[in-house]
Amino acid sequence: MPLANMLSITSNTFLSMMIWIALLLAALYFARKPFHRAMGSFCRIIHSAMRLAAASVLSAKKKLVQRNREVLMAAGLESAERLVEREFERINAAVVRDLEGYPNLQRQLSELTIRLDEDYSQGADVPPELPNWIPIIESIASIKHSGDSMVANMLGEINRTLTEQHKASIDNHRSANAARHSILTRMLPVWRKVQKTLNDVGKSIGNLNQRAKSIDRYMDEYEQIRLQTDTAARMLSSSSLTQFFISGLVLMIAFGGALINFNLIALPMSEMVGGASYIGPYKTSDVAGLVIILIELTMGLFLMESLRITRLFPIIGSMDDKMRLRMIWITFTLLAVLAGVESALAFMRDRIAQDMEALRQTLAGVEQASAATSMIPTIGQMVLGFILPFALAFVAIPLESFVSSSRTVLGIVAAGALGLFAFVLRLIGNIGYYAGRLVINTYDLIIFPSIWLEGVITGSRGQRKGPVEERLFEDGGITEKAVDNITDTIEYKKEPQE
Amino acid sequence: MKKTTAIALILCLFIAITGCSDSKSRSKGVYMLLDTSGTYALELKKAQLILNYLLGVLQPGDTLAVARIDTGSFSEKDIVAKVTFDERPSYANNQKRTFQQKVNSFVSTVKSSQYTDISGGILQAIEYLNEQGSGQKYILIFSDLKQELAKGYKRDIPFQLQGFNVIALNVTKLRADNIDPKKYQSRVTKWQGEVESGGGTWSIINDLENLDHIFAK
Repeated sequence: MPLANMLSITSNTFLSMMIWIALLLAALYFARKPFHRAMGSFCRIIHSAMRLAAASVLSAKKKLVQRNREVLMAAGLESAERLVEREFERINAAVVRDLEGYPNLQRQLSELTIRLDEDYSQGADVPPELPNWIPIIESIASIKHSGDSMVANMLGEINRTLTEQHKASIDNHRSANAARHSILTRMLPVWRKVQKTLNDVGKSIGNLNQRAKSIDRYMDEYEQIRLQTDTAARMLSSSSLTQFFISGLVLMIAFGGALINFNLIALPMSEMVGGASYIGPYKTSDVAGLVIILIELTMGLFLMESLRITRLFPIIGSMDDKMRLRMIWITFTLLAVLAGVESALAFMRDRIAQDMEALRQTLAGVEQASAATSMIPTIGQMVLGFILPFALAFVAIPLESFVSSSRTVLGIVAAGALGLFAFVLRLIGNIGYYAGRLVINTYDLIIFPSIWLEGVITGSRGQRKGPVEERLFEDGGITEKAVDNITDTIEYKKEPQE
Repeated sequence: MKKTTAIALILCLFIAITGCSDSKSRSKGVYMLLDTSGTYALELKKAQLILNYLLGVLQPGDTLAVARIDTGSFSEKDIVAKVTFDERPSYANNQKRTFQQKVNSFVSTVKSSQYTDISGGILQAIEYLNEQGSGQKYILIFSDLKQELAKGYKRDIPFQLQGFNVIALNVTKLRADNIDPKKYQSRVTKWQGEVESGGGTWSIINDLENLDHIFAK
């Protein structure tokens, strides 16, 4: 019905309009309760659905956090075990080394002791006492002779003999003392040697003590992790994040190196595999260059695994030592061969670049510059081509750290994302709830004359049931209070829904 | 056993999908027609510049041919030089040097022809490039686009130019064009219509500074 017709049900347009408004208000008043119910149900659906979804997401987040914690602890335990194992290996190596040298040390000390003992025994021999010739010589010298030449000669002879005997005795005494002194002098380095040997033994024992202290510390950490304490979890989480960023940075640097390496070999590869063929959308020469770099990385990875520096492939680490040694040599040889190939390719690249430049100059009609005689750029490229594969081999170390720490970091990020998602769901649920109230209140506001009239009529009869607010929602299915925390949400989820 | 077979199958599939070396479909085939009629023969120095540019940008696996437009151009004899560059860059460089020498030799010894059979040249170019099987086909017409056929020559055959890019280079204005520009416009429009009705794309490059527009599409 057109508006003009609607306004012409009476001769007065205003009256017609008022009649229509009254009819509309009456219709709305009668539809009020069904509308409240419908709106309440609708809002409750949104609210409940969102809360249930949020609860599910939060439950998933909880499980994820728990799983992250388990993974973190497992990784921490493995790392602590590794550290303790390494310390034990070092102690074992030190003990084996010292014990290996122990028989030698014992023999050395024994020999030194025997020598010292012998020297001591020899040094203990007291030199013979000097005969007391002096009084005899003096008494003989004091004998007065009567001038008889024979007596004089005899006395002189006795004097001379005695003097000689005395001199010889003194010489003997001196030489005996000198021998004792030389024995004592010889003993000095032996004493020093003994002291040094004993110091070495002391150092070894001190070193073992230090290692034992380190093991105690690691064992304490291990115990903390095993007990799954919050301190251990925080420590491991922080360590993982640090490792993630540092290893990520190193990997980015390695990526730059790989890119330079790629540019070094991509052009000469076209000389080998052709520059016009394609694999998919990529040039075959580019793919070939990339494959070489990836093989180098793989070889580096295997080399590091074989050396037990990384543990990405447990099967390699658990090989017996002989096989592992073979693998080390094989991977190292392949890496060296690839480095040689790259070096040759770098040389070829330089030549091709020179040739292309010469052609460009010819085509441009430019007088060709004399060929550069310096070999420095060529040698530089060759050296770079040789070194980069070995440098890239070490990527395995940050890669392992990145892979192991990224599990933790991804777990943390995923838990955060789930938390945010749950928050958004709860927010939508609450918005739905309050939007429903707003719509109902707006509806009542629009039809307030009818409600007022109802109040007047029912008030006059004394049949008011209670406050208006209560009655407004007595039929509306909207709960008065929005549940907005996780505990209530979970409890709400457990409750049987109407 | 099943696992191995599955891996082998996946590998085969991967190779089948990605391993096909479709070098032909990516290669460029360029056929350049040089107008040697009348006074336009004097413009051939510019053609040398264009050829040098082409030699600089074409890659291993691409094809390049230069043919003259004379009285009867629908003939292999009019091809001055042709080459498909080797896949190895160093060989391709040597081929480019040889090609340049051939073209230089031609330009220095060329004699003006009496008539201008552009249509015959285009037909020959279509045949040659189709035979080479290049992925992207370019016909460069270095001419003033004024066709003059000798008596008895018939060139009322529609061109089959699907997948071809026809580019007119250095389309000089003749004295008559200066008097009545409509002649120039109608000449260009005529060729454009013939090319586009044959399924090809048409463009003109008169400023040789814009040679990079040749392969811009």
